[in-house]
Amino acid sequence: MNSSQRSSSGASLSPRSPSSSQPFLSVSVSDPVKLGNGVQAYISYRVITKTNFPEYQGPEKIVIRRYSDFVWLRDRLFEKYKGIFIPPIPEKSAVEKFRFSAEFIEMRRQALDVFVNRIASHHELRQSEDLRTFLQAEEETMERLRSHETGIFKKPSDLMQIFKDVQSKVSDVVLGKEKPVEESDAEYEKLKRYIFELENHLAEAQKHAYRLVKRHRELGQSLSDFGKAVKLLGASEGNALGKAFSELGMKSEILSVKLQKEAQELLMSFEEPLKDYVRAVQSIKATIAERANAFRRQCELAETMKLKEINLDKLMLIRSDKVAEAEREYHELKAESEQATKTFETIVKLMNEEIGRFQEQKTLDMGIAFHEFAKGQARLANGIADAWRSLLPKLEACSSSQ
Amino acid sequence: MMNQDHVLHASQDDEMESLVLHDDNGNGNGNGNDSSGNIQQPSQSPKSPFNSFLDPPSYAEAIFTSFDSNGHDQTLEQSSRSGTGSGSGSESDCMQISVSDPQEEQELTNSLVPGGSSYHTYLITTRTGKSEVGVRRRFREVVTLSERLSEAYRGYVIPVRPEKSSVERKVMQKEEFVEQRRVALEKYLRKLVSHPVIGKSEELRLFLEVQGKLPLMRTTDVASRMLDGAVRLPRQLFGSESVAVDLNDVTQPARSGRDLLRIFKELKQSVTNDWGAAKPLVVEEDREFMDKKDKLMEFEQQLSNVSQQAESLVKFQQDMGETMGELGLAFVKLTKFESEEAEFESQRVRAADMRNVATAAVKASRLYRELNTQTIKHLDKLHEYLGTMLAINNAFSDRSSALLTVQTLSSELASLHSRIEKLEVAASRIFGGDKTRMRKIEELKEAVRVTESAKICADREYERIKENNRSELERIDKERQSDFQNMLRGFVVNQAGYAEKMAAVWEKLAEETSTYSSNNS
Repeated sequence: MNSSQRSSSGASLSPRSPSSSQPFLSVSVSDPVKLGNGVQAYISYRVITKTNFPEYQGPEKIVIRRYSDFVWLRDRLFEKYKGIFIPPIPEKSAVEKFRFSAEFIEMRRQALDVFVNRIASHHELRQSEDLRTFLQAEEETMERLRSHETGIFKKPSDLMQIFKDVQSKVSDVVLGKEKPVEESDAEYEKLKRYIFELENHLAEAQKHAYRLVKRHRELGQSLSDFGKAVKLLGASEGNALGKAFSELGMKSEILSVKLQKEAQELLMSFEEPLKDYVRAVQSIKATIAERANAFRRQCELAETMKLKEINLDKLMLIRSDKVAEAEREYHELKAESEQATKTFETIVKLMNEEIGRFQEQKTLDMGIAFHEFAKGQARLANGIADAWRSLLPKLEACSSSQ
Repeated sequence: MMNQDHVLHASQDDEMESLVLHDDNGNGNGNGNDSSGNIQQPSQSPKSPFNSFLDPPSYAEAIFTSFDSNGHDQTLEQSSRSGTGSGSGSESDCMQISVSDPQEEQELTNSLVPGGSSYHTYLITTRTGKSEVGVRRRFREVVTLSERLSEAYRGYVIPVRPEKSSVERKVMQKEEFVEQRRVALEKYLRKLVSHPVIGKSEELRLFLEVQGKLPLMRTTDVASRMLDGAVRLPRQLFGSESVAVDLNDVTQPARSGRDLLRIFKELKQSVTNDWGAAKPLVVEEDREFMDKKDKLMEFEQQLSNVSQQAESLVKFQQDMGETMGELGLAFVKLTKFESEEAEFESQRVRAADMRNVATAAVKASRLYRELNTQTIKHLDKLHEYLGTMLAINNAFSDRSSALLTVQTLSSELASLHSRIEKLEVAASRIFGGDKTRMRKIEELKEAVRVTESAKICADREYERIKENNRSELERIDKERQSDFQNMLRGFVVNQAGYAEKMAAVWEKLAEETSTYSSNNS
């Protein structure tokens, strides 16, 4: 299935069709550049769009965007496309921002690239006007929109807080702590429980994956220290044995480098996908909360409408002159209620479609991650084995010269 | 002694892992205890909730032994160098020592304290060819043995006995402490037995064979010796008695409680000498000795450094294994969860993938643990040689004290001669002689004769000790070379072997997930 390619367009591209006949939208996020000083430093990214969509300004467009622009896009999509699982973005890390190590920047770039491409691959989200704005607008326009939105949608950190509130609210609802109306759909209940439990399991796996990265670094450092000490011992020995020690020490240092390298690989190809999975599940939880809100609204409006209807009948019976007004209000309410029902039903329908797609996508994403994990560990183990094996003839030589 | 606790400690997770891979959990501590590195025969454990989620292990993969450099099973090497220290290896020479069966016994004293104190005895079994002797000894007797050996075999590099370690005794659990001591005693006795000279000593034989109380005298018996006034030699030096010198006393270093005055004398001498350096004699030979000593000190420092780093390395290897295991368990849980909750086929596929990851991670984790057990054994040699360095230092101080004795006697002789000279000069001025002075001169001349014989003894002793030092250093150097070579080889072979096994585990997982490879469309 072609949708496995993260950076390709969503539409299946048959190799021989000319690019203009099939609609495609392809985005890349690259070239991170550090701008600004001190506390106000930030990273800007180059976003390149290649498309043949008629709504777009042209076949290719390049813009400069920063992290908060991506956040803006995510928020807008979340507002407009209720029911769809909006792809997650990497967390805003207040601490690492100041350090901005090369690895951190690359990881963030990769995550943002994945984010935009998932949107571009989603058959509904890719039609979004906000996406078009994001991909094409001038920097000044983006800045205006971004600061305008922060007034309403608040800073990302606050949004995180809202997310958390929503999560706790949703769990309250699921656990039946609150009184408000709930859907009585058994299957949906099952889904909700599944999502909540899944997050826990995934978080644990991710935690251990992160620790594993750390262990690689620690072992690497230890091998380096060990190698140095062994070399010194070799120097004070002097003879053939001393040479053997020196060789051992040098090999240790080589292996230390391999371990550090693998640690970074592990972080990017295994731990990050797991973290991404967790974020995706959290995004689903936000959608669950939206659905609950929509359901509640629908019920409230239905209730209110009933009351209004009863009131209207009463007024009509007594031939009050308030009837006209009441009638008008009733019709308004009816329209609203129908709208709310429609919103809710759309969410339900979308979610049903999304969940299947989500499962498929995740199997694919994790499959790739597992494969990279296995390859990396195998590569490391083979490197270690080769290094030590290559030392053996040298050791033999040292002992035979006794 | 490297801390093996973290290897042998069985956590709850160990049990889970064992269930997961269907290993026999009956040994309680899993694999850590098995020094040969063999995994026990895996068997089904029907109560495990994870049974159905992981494939039973391929036995061919699971069972293996650790290899030393010659490809020999390392377990055979465990009954190592007892009695084959000089490489003779003949049946009759081969003595195998084991220390076992610690038992608590009550102190039979006339103590006023009711209940009394208790101590432990250990069964020491010596197997020579077909015959076997067993004796019970307590630690105090081991201390006595070690002290007697130090006295009798000056200049030799005698293995250092286990410590009395009163602090550890208070802190550790009794069983743990007793077990630790048992192991240490076994190691110590085995080392003694494999020493080419000490192994044949009478003292050791008595210790190993004579039932009941050890027939070796304790040497630090302060009270009686002091009151005995057994300070014959110094009295001679002060010239108050003409008692025949027990030349044996000359050949012993001055000890506290026994030769207080002698110590005092030698102390005075050593102050002029620069204590412990033994350098006033500008004899070429001594310079060579000093160089060697410096080199050894440098070596010891580096060795200690490496030993420390080795301990860290082991710890981090351990941590890696643990975290890998925890990761595996997390995936086991995920697999179970997704399988049970599966609504979509893609979930089932993912559950299967996760199960493969879990299996690989758990296997790798166990490989790390076994690698570590082996690494500890190899690198423990470093620790052992630190002990040897200590023993070498003791042999060197034997030499220093012998030299000090020689120098004390020399300078004593010199001062006697000069006193005689002075007296003779003074006496010659008085016609007819001075009765008192003449008598004094005679006494001094007698002292000179005695001191001269003592010095001859001391010289001989010093030379003997020097030769012991030299031959021992030569022997140890050779042993060290081969020991370290084996250690290096063993360490490297192990690391390589386990890395290859781990590579196989991960390659299998890569194979199982190859459908997701970017090479496939």
